[in-house]
Amino acid sequence: MNFEKLRKQLYYQVVLLGGVTLVTTAALALADKATSADIAAAQARDMQQSLVQVLPGKYDNDLLKDTLVLNGPNGEVTVYRARRAGRVEAVVFKVSGNGYAGPIDCMMGIDRNGHITGVRVIKHKETPGLGDKIEPAKSRWIYAFDDKSLGDPPVEKWAVKKDGGVFDQFAGATITPRGVVKAVKGGMEFFDKQKEKLLDEGNGH
Amino acid sequence: MSNTYTRITSDSLWSNNIVFSQTLGLCPTMAVTSTATNGLGMGLATTAVLVASNMIISSIRHAVSEEVRIPVYIVIIATLVTLVDVSIDAWAHDLYKVLGLYIALIVANCAVLGRAEAFAAKNPILPSGMDGLMMGLGFTFALTTIGAVREILGTGTLFADAHLLLGPAFSFMELKLIPDYKGFLLMILPPGGFLAVGFLIAGKRMIDRRRARLAEVMQTAAPVAA
Repeated sequence: MNFEKLRKQLYYQVVLLGGVTLVTTAALALADKATSADIAAAQARDMQQSLVQVLPGKYDNDLLKDTLVLNGPNGEVTVYRARRAGRVEAVVFKVSGNGYAGPIDCMMGIDRNGHITGVRVIKHKETPGLGDKIEPAKSRWIYAFDDKSLGDPPVEKWAVKKDGGVFDQFAGATITPRGVVKAVKGGMEFFDKQKEKLLDEGNGH
Repeated sequence: MSNTYTRITSDSLWSNNIVFSQTLGLCPTMAVTSTATNGLGMGLATTAVLVASNMIISSIRHAVSEEVRIPVYIVIIATLVTLVDVSIDAWAHDLYKVLGLYIALIVANCAVLGRAEAFAAKNPILPSGMDGLMMGLGFTFALTTIGAVREILGTGTLFADAHLLLGPAFSFMELKLIPDYKGFLLMILPPGGFLAVGFLIAGKRMIDRRRARLAEVMQTAAPVAA
């Protein structure tokens, strides 16, 4: 083919760019088809892992399938329910707090008696070295929530020490732990309000 | 011919290094080099894209016209980056959790487009692939060095979390160089990136100047010796 001459034609530009776009789009479509199942599986595995972390113990149902969508403290929230012999033993859901550098997303688990089974930060943009002590890899701070409930400590003590509460703040970073405490407290209040729905009770049994 | 490859190699790795000489691709450079491991990972991912994009663009160089070459290159590069992105997500998911944020940034790396325009569009496939490989390795070298400087000064460690990137066999690389180091936050934050890049470029210039002076001395001394 004589590209020299062809390349000067106006229609050739259209054909060339269109052709390249067509080929690359086809490649992307194929790649999406080839990978989407594996990506979904990997994300489900991630989700499962984060659920297991905040929910120690054995349950006999598939948490990822036993879900409930409710209006939570930060808009609609998906609640995962863990059962033993059909009875809801614990629930897990995501809460979000305001950090120093944007939202802090946490997963929290609560057992049927309203005690926290665990909290993990799953996404944040806090300052490395200061605010990132909310990660379990950096500090044990996040474990302070384990076993707490809305009565223990009393509601007004659900704050960092600087605000008269019981939870530690970090040197040089108060906004970050304050945001997490507030988010977790919001999650507890949400559980308290929606308890019947969450535990699958009170609907005629 | 082997001469061409030698020239490409020394050019890419040192004298025309993407970061230290061309000062291209600084956006992804600053963003990821808070640790040496991140720099290494980003460098290797960029290298893969560079080799593929250079070879593909070189193979169609006769068909691409002057007028629409830039959109054609960009479409090809963006596609390659997306392919790398979804493949890593699907088949090396743990690696994706470390690198995922950065892979999309490769599209914003003007060095990839730069090599397409400056080299692949004018050269045969094999030298273009070689250019991509060597430029990529030069970029990797630069990013790992910057990351190492920032990591050592910022947190006192080197190659932290390398096992997430390279597998558990490489955890021997993870060093804690300064025990009980309180950390120097500034080096991890964006200003640290600018500081490290600035000092490293100055350092490279100094080495180059010293080498040039040395070569000059050798040249003037040569006739006397003869």
